[in-house]
Amino acid sequence: MYVTLKDYLRESRLFQSRALIAAVLVVLVLAVLLTRLVVLQIVNHQHFTTLSQDNRVKVLPLPPTRGLIHDRNGLILAQNLPTFSLEVIPERVNDLANTLQELGKIVTISESDYKRFEQLRHQRRRFDSIPIRVRLDPEEVARLTANRHRFPGVEIEAKLLRHYPLEDKTAHVVGYVGRINEQELQTIDASSYSGTSHIGKTGVEKYYEDTLHGKVGLQQVEVNALGRIIRVLHSEPPVPGQNLRLSLDAGLQNAAIEAFGEEKGAAVAIDPRNGTILALVSHPGFDPNLFVEGISAKEYAALQQSESKPLFNRAIRGQYPPGSTIKPFIGLAGLETGTMSASQKNYCPGFFQLPGHSHKYRDWRKGGHGGVNLEEAITQSCDVYFYALAHQMGIDRLHNFLSRFGFGQRTGVDITGERRGLLPSREWKRETRRQAWYPGETLIVGIGQGYLLATPLQLAHATATLAARGMNYPPRVVESISSDYASDAPSNIGKPNSLQQHGPGNWSKVIESMAQVVEGQRGTARSLKNDNYRIAGKTGTAQVFTVKQDEEYDEDKVEKKMRDHALFIAFAPIEEPRIAVSVIVENGGHGGSVAAPIAKRIMDYHLLGQ
Amino acid sequence: MNRFYPPSGLRESNPTKAEGLLAGLHLDLPLLTGLILLCLYGLFVLYSASGQDAGHIERQLIRLALAFIVMIVVAQIPPAQIRRWSPRLYAISLLLLVVVLVIGHVGKGAQRWLDLGFFRFQPAELAKLAVPMMITWFLAERSLPPSWRRIAIAGVMILAPVLMIAKQPDLGTALLVASAGIFALFLAGLSWRFMAGMIITAVPAGWALWEWGMRDYQRGRVLTFLDPERDPLGSGYHIIQSKIAIGSGGLYGKGWLNGTQSHLEFLPERTTDFIFAVLAEEFGLTGIVLLLALYLFIILRGLYISTQAQDTFNRLLGGSLTLVFFVYLFVNTGMVSGLLPVVGVPLPLVSYGGTSLVTIMAGFGILMSIHTHRKLLPT
Repeated sequence: MYVTLKDYLRESRLFQSRALIAAVLVVLVLAVLLTRLVVLQIVNHQHFTTLSQDNRVKVLPLPPTRGLIHDRNGLILAQNLPTFSLEVIPERVNDLANTLQELGKIVTISESDYKRFEQLRHQRRRFDSIPIRVRLDPEEVARLTANRHRFPGVEIEAKLLRHYPLEDKTAHVVGYVGRINEQELQTIDASSYSGTSHIGKTGVEKYYEDTLHGKVGLQQVEVNALGRIIRVLHSEPPVPGQNLRLSLDAGLQNAAIEAFGEEKGAAVAIDPRNGTILALVSHPGFDPNLFVEGISAKEYAALQQSESKPLFNRAIRGQYPPGSTIKPFIGLAGLETGTMSASQKNYCPGFFQLPGHSHKYRDWRKGGHGGVNLEEAITQSCDVYFYALAHQMGIDRLHNFLSRFGFGQRTGVDITGERRGLLPSREWKRETRRQAWYPGETLIVGIGQGYLLATPLQLAHATATLAARGMNYPPRVVESISSDYASDAPSNIGKPNSLQQHGPGNWSKVIESMAQVVEGQRGTARSLKNDNYRIAGKTGTAQVFTVKQDEEYDEDKVEKKMRDHALFIAFAPIEEPRIAVSVIVENGGHGGSVAAPIAKRIMDYHLLGQ
Repeated sequence: MNRFYPPSGLRESNPTKAEGLLAGLHLDLPLLTGLILLCLYGLFVLYSASGQDAGHIERQLIRLALAFIVMIVVAQIPPAQIRRWSPRLYAISLLLLVVVLVIGHVGKGAQRWLDLGFFRFQPAELAKLAVPMMITWFLAERSLPPSWRRIAIAGVMILAPVLMIAKQPDLGTALLVASAGIFALFLAGLSWRFMAGMIITAVPAGWALWEWGMRDYQRGRVLTFLDPERDPLGSGYHIIQSKIAIGSGGLYGKGWLNGTQSHLEFLPERTTDFIFAVLAEEFGLTGIVLLLALYLFIILRGLYISTQAQDTFNRLLGGSLTLVFFVYLFVNTGMVSGLLPVVGVPLPLVSYGGTSLVTIMAGFGILMSIHTHRKLLPT
């Protein structure tokens, strides 16, 4: 083992050179390491700082509470009730089928619950919470809470659910909220709806969505790796949505609905002094509460396919020929345009013929009305008088005058989905039908048939304008927004637009004629005459044009369906009108006998308080 | 690099009183200072990484004290004695590794520990010392550089324990043990041709294994091992969070106790294998440069001591122990910063935990013994 000195030196030098190489390698490797750290800490510092912040800080939305909706007397029409629902986050559940089965042993889960769950599961993302059972009762909540540890990814969610206590009574006015769908997600500001699951779908709920929704708050929190909140860094409380007070009188609404009984139809009552809507009925209605948590396919199909179309808002979307209810407006047009005078008599032989034509335009009374002036023509609803008047005025002047009463245009009511009706004109016919206007078509517009279509709301609005002697207020259903609740006076009144008048006498004449409809011996709505207040009204009957081709022949049904629509417009009291009403009863027959009593009930309730 | 070759005996010529005391205890002042500073720095970081837990600090202090005692004890043993024990120590560690494997097999799982009732002991740790000692002992028997035959025998001596450790499986320790043996061979003058030959044969052999020797899932595992970010929820999560911690530290760091990645538990294993990331997050690049400077000082001092050693055994052993210490450092920091695959190797003297601490300090004890037991030789 003894080495020679030479070996010793050689080995020593060998080792020293190797150690030197090793030292150089160590320094080089550490330089590489340092370069790496410079890249991470200096070059990409900003990037990693962002990632570190993203790790640490989460923003949680604080959804605002939706505003309430009251009627004019403070009765609640839409509220938020706390409810408990059982929700599942599929991503966090290992064995979904088994979990659902086990849950079914603790609370009752119906077949339709499972179906809806499956349906929603396909629509939503894996990390979304999906309700399997809604409206749990307190006992079910207790049972679930006790078993909660067994079900990771299953939560009992407490939340405020929209509720409409009057159910079908106000469904067509208030509307309803429902789950935000894909389509709505594209249009809404996603950040202001983070944390909010529902949005107004129809009616006031939709029209006033921004007001009712409020402003989302947010909470910036520091979370750890498990997502547990360590502390709140910053918090901005949500601003609750504003409450709405409707001009609608729930009692009046109810009275009107009861007056309809089994009939289908619509009624709209407006206060002519400011355009506020007192009642807006589309009968039959539906329970809007069904839509809040998602309606089952079966229930929806039942509503959708029902003969009586409960989902259809007839009051603002139903377009009917106004029939004879248009006559006071045509009469006023005649006076205001100077086409004729009120006292001028026309002879009614029971039909009207255009010069040079053989076609007979018939009156509803075969024998005719004989010589009638304007008042008699309105009272007895003489068709021939109005054929002649319409013919004299021509479609252009007729169109011009009627459009000032809002026919053929949306009234601008604050409920979504309003239709515009149809006020025909030469231009309209040229554009849509590529045909010239025929004089005969003017005649039937004169008695409210033909192309002319109006919604019950338009009719009520025109009647209110007539009652207010030309003061034309846009109809409104929301009277005040909670920020203005301090004053009792309605704050949400539209700007009125005063119609040009050529002679105040003309308006009085027409209104007096409408009074005779109720009060005159030959008036078509004599049954409404009473000692409490004076009514100006006009009955109407609209032919039903559409009978479906493929319908089975069933005598009773077809007969009822082919019957005319009954219409009635009125306002009262004549001296100082406080209510203007339009009523349409589908397939009701004659306006005077079916529609007028409903209008009377509405006016009684409002004016007499019963 | 001139400081490797200071005039011999310059430092020893004028010993102060303190140096005299240290020399009496067979301790090397520069090395001791470096080690103490590093351990204190480590405790400082550990306090933050553990979430300001005094218990962690207390337990780590006890381990450090134990490790320093072991170092001092080892430093008293003359190198000749260490050399004489080398074959026996190697034989014992092989035997214990076999025992561990058998027990592990019976227990159906990875087993690294021998439970002696009062004391749990990891034979692989013993191998970290025994393998370089054995290889050095074997190579120092004959004149250097070693012959091909002796290289082959040394290779077998390295492979036997390494394979058993890898089987446990403890890849990190296997790597450290293997590198200890290989460094001994390298320092002994392993020819460049041999090293080049090894690399040239390793590349096609690896390719062949990849192409024909592996199934798809095995390839997937290798790929994930080489690039953990392929699996961002599994092993990649560690690396991604660690890189975020390091990168967000920047030049000066977020400040002591202010690391969000570590304190909010995004960073896994933050007191042990990933403590480097905590340091990088809280003290930034500045803190890292300081840490690396301390390590570099210790390593260079270790190499210097080895060059000053008086016989081949001492030189090779001192050199390879020092270089293993460097491998510890590089494998850990390389892993934490995403340069290297994930291999569980602690940051030496800084990571929380005691087993490797004792072995490392025993190694430094050997270095001190080598340096302080020199006899003045005529040059």
